Amino acid sequence: MTVNIVGLTREVYKGLPTTLCAGCGHNSITNHLIKALYEYGVEPHKLAKMSGIGCSSKTPAYFVEQAHGFNGLHGRMPSAATGAKLANSELLVLGISGDGDTASIGLGQYCHMIRRNLDCTYIVENNGCYGLTKGQFSATADVGSKQKGGKTNEYATIDICGLAIELGATFVARSFSGDGKQLVPLLQAAFSHRGTAILDVISPCVTFNDHEGSTKSYAYVKEHDIVLHTADYIAGGREITLDYDPGTVQDVTLDDGSHVLLRKLDVEYDPTDGISALRVIHETRARGEFVTGLLYVDTTQQDLCAREHLVKTPLAQLDEESLRIGREEWRKLMEPAGGPSKP
Amino acid sequence: MSVRAINDFTIRVATVNGSGSQSSNLVLTNAIASLGIPVAPKNVFPSNIEGLPTWFDVRVSALGYQCRARDFDVLVALNAVTWQQDVAGVKPGGAVVHEDSFPCKGDTLREDLSYYAVPFTALAKEHFADKGDLRKYLMNMIYVGVLAQLLDIPEASLEESLRSQFRGKASAVELNLSAVRVGIEYAKQHLEKHDPWRLVPMSGKTEGLMFMEGNRAAALGCVMGGCTVAAWYPITPSSSLCEYFIQYCDRYRVDKETGERSVAIIQAEDELAAAGIVFGAGWAGARAMTSTSGPGISLMAEYAGYGYFAEVPGVIFDVQRAGPSTGLPTRTMQGDVSFAYTLSHGDTKHLVLLPATVAEAYELSMEAFDLAERFQTPVFVLSDLDLGMNAWLTPPLAYPEKPFDRGKVLGADDLSSMKGWGRYRDVDKDGIGYRTLPGTDHPGAGFFTRGTGHDEEARYSELPEVWQRNLDRLNRKTETARTAVPAPVVAEKTTTKVAILAYGTTHHAVVEALDFLRESGIELNYMRVRALPLSPDVATFVKRHDRVYVVEQNRDGQLYGILRTELPTHLIGRLESIRHYNGVPIDAHAIIDPLLDAERAPAVVAE
Repeated sequence: MTVNIVGLTREVYKGLPTTLCAGCGHNSITNHLIKALYEYGVEPHKLAKMSGIGCSSKTPAYFVEQAHGFNGLHGRMPSAATGAKLANSELLVLGISGDGDTASIGLGQYCHMIRRNLDCTYIVENNGCYGLTKGQFSATADVGSKQKGGKTNEYATIDICGLAIELGATFVARSFSGDGKQLVPLLQAAFSHRGTAILDVISPCVTFNDHEGSTKSYAYVKEHDIVLHTADYIAGGREITLDYDPGTVQDVTLDDGSHVLLRKLDVEYDPTDGISALRVIHETRARGEFVTGLLYVDTTQQDLCAREHLVKTPLAQLDEESLRIGREEWRKLMEPAGGPSKP
Repeated sequence: MSVRAINDFTIRVATVNGSGSQSSNLVLTNAIASLGIPVAPKNVFPSNIEGLPTWFDVRVSALGYQCRARDFDVLVALNAVTWQQDVAGVKPGGAVVHEDSFPCKGDTLREDLSYYAVPFTALAKEHFADKGDLRKYLMNMIYVGVLAQLLDIPEASLEESLRSQFRGKASAVELNLSAVRVGIEYAKQHLEKHDPWRLVPMSGKTEGLMFMEGNRAAALGCVMGGCTVAAWYPITPSSSLCEYFIQYCDRYRVDKETGERSVAIIQAEDELAAAGIVFGAGWAGARAMTSTSGPGISLMAEYAGYGYFAEVPGVIFDVQRAGPSTGLPTRTMQGDVSFAYTLSHGDTKHLVLLPATVAEAYELSMEAFDLAERFQTPVFVLSDLDLGMNAWLTPPLAYPEKPFDRGKVLGADDLSSMKGWGRYRDVDKDGIGYRTLPGTDHPGAGFFTRGTGHDEEARYSELPEVWQRNLDRLNRKTETARTAVPAPVVAEKTTTKVAILAYGTTHHAVVEALDFLRESGIELNYMRVRALPLSPDVATFVKRHDRVYVVEQNRDGQLYGILRTELPTHLIGRLESIRHYNGVPIDAHAIIDPLLDAERAPAVVAE
């Protein structure tokens, strides 16, 4: 039986059968996640699967059944993920959200998670609509995109990636649920990145947003996907055996010593240049296109746990001995000092 | 003159917010306490940084009453804007120390008061012209000197108090002492005492006590209770709780060699996020807390419901202020009791702890972390502005002797020796299941925590019987909690059939009211509730009495309402409600007056 580097079979990375619609982009993302987690060799007990509310947020049930899951509140997963990571810094926190969950009700928490550079992988399964409540527009719907009933969105779109870069995110990628070849290495790179890794994955809703006139339909996405580069993930300590021409490939070294090799395609693009990233995002959006790939990465920033100087032992495991003030110190604190002390 | 004039009166200092009177007020308070005389300071301050009126009451009480006195006897008037109002409020026969430029003729002059005009501004200018910004603080110290001379506070006590206030910083002590002496000298030379108020050193009351605010005590409870994750959003009057926690953690939770911290404290983007951090951390096994006030728990309602239903531990401090809405941020109330108890949509019941004293602010804070993990649920600690932000005389806080109670947590070894395991199975028939923590290295450890309907195995379920069974089990947990939360404190010495029931800081007014009523010939029993859900002792207590006056600091009689809902129907008619809700802490007469009216009226009819 084939096993991965932690001795587990691919079966272990599977979850319960999906309850989403047949053909839903989210199911493809789940499959890519299973592959990415299996190949990466994540130990299930160290994985914390966290989500908010919505179709997207159901997906943690569909992979790595053994792992702990936290299906929280609508738009409030970032705060719970923050608490979980602070409590146990050894956890690999994987947050799964949707466009309603992230860009509307949860926009504040999304922004502040990024601001704090919480070490987690944060996937937005982005379909431009509210699926569970039957197809209303979300805030990531493009201007001019049509609803199933024919209504046109007139309000400005919130670009999850552009916003993240503006807020100082340290890892921002966009991909398409149908492009596993690109998404799997990006996911693995996100696991390796120490800090908030945003993955905005366009994931068409077959039931409510896959029609003519929608800019998040399978047909539209396939036609307007500007792939910046192909990506290869090389785990830390492994030799880079890929045969490549240094002039066409950018090597990004991640915190744990692993690499993402980005092979340039038609566009000249440097993901360490945030200003250019924002320009490309704006320009392509104006043309009705969207860019996919590793849009921005900065490996020089400390993550939340590092900034908080947390002890190595997970906080959840500390006992009375290490947490209480010592008896002698306590006695000094409680000394009335010859009479009532300072209020 | 009456005995009451000695060691039994209230001083009110009326100043302008931001004028730097805090240090002088505390120096005065400490100096009086150092004479062995119990004092209870109450800061009545505005929601403002500078310019609005503020009052500081120092209640001197030989008997040790710590509640607010309704009236004041000695006024120090330093605010021209409130001068007329302040003078009008002095108790008949009182004394007034005032800036001599304030108009004392005409309408404002009350014939029954003793006036002491002091040119504070001129004295400060004369003596401290070169002190720049410090001058306003020094001017306040002058009033301390004047009062000391008028009330007989020895200079040595003031010096000692200054030393404690400025933590022995010699130059600051000297400078402030010189200002105090300016006041003493001025009073000696220009003021002739013609009022009865005096302080006489005494013993037997304050020995071994120290001053502490409830928020500081609660913060120490968090340290000693093993809190490792705190998240907060600044809000009056709870901010100082987290700020004290930060201070103590900076001192006691940092490895001196490595600088590594055994705590994470996050200032969140709002109270809802703070609650999310708490329940995320609680889920992952850390002891976590947030502290807030009424507006904050409104935002936290969402996560409170999640914590209750998904059964995740977390501690929420609510230092109550006057509501609804933004209300009065710097005034006190017991206004969140019924809201906190059922915070969330749907059927929800939380554990709510109700500390009354500084010692309880500390002890119940520690206990909250044990209860949260034992019951795998949110625990609210409902303090209030009066307890949280005022300094109270308290015995030193006791070192905890009990280890943490981490509740029912299964490790990898437990799981290996078990046949099967279900997160929400009621194995022990107490409503509390066994949980596992993320990171537990066992293939059977993981489960899916959710706020949606779930069965005993934590699987999603919409089945009517599963849903109802789960709600019933949660209710069983509440029933178990009734005898596990801090028990009511009962003072039941007599055979009287009339009693008072109260909670939280209302306690201090009840203590004084009970003494007063006893002297008036009305003997009462007293139960102080310390937690929700209610202990079964409450029903038996009510059952032993004909009338139970439920006293609380809110308009709607919130605990009264809970009692009416939860007590057996035949006992409900025995409850009477006494309410105080003007924003300032309750005083004894707010209880005495309505109680006397009620008790005397039916007595006449009966005879």
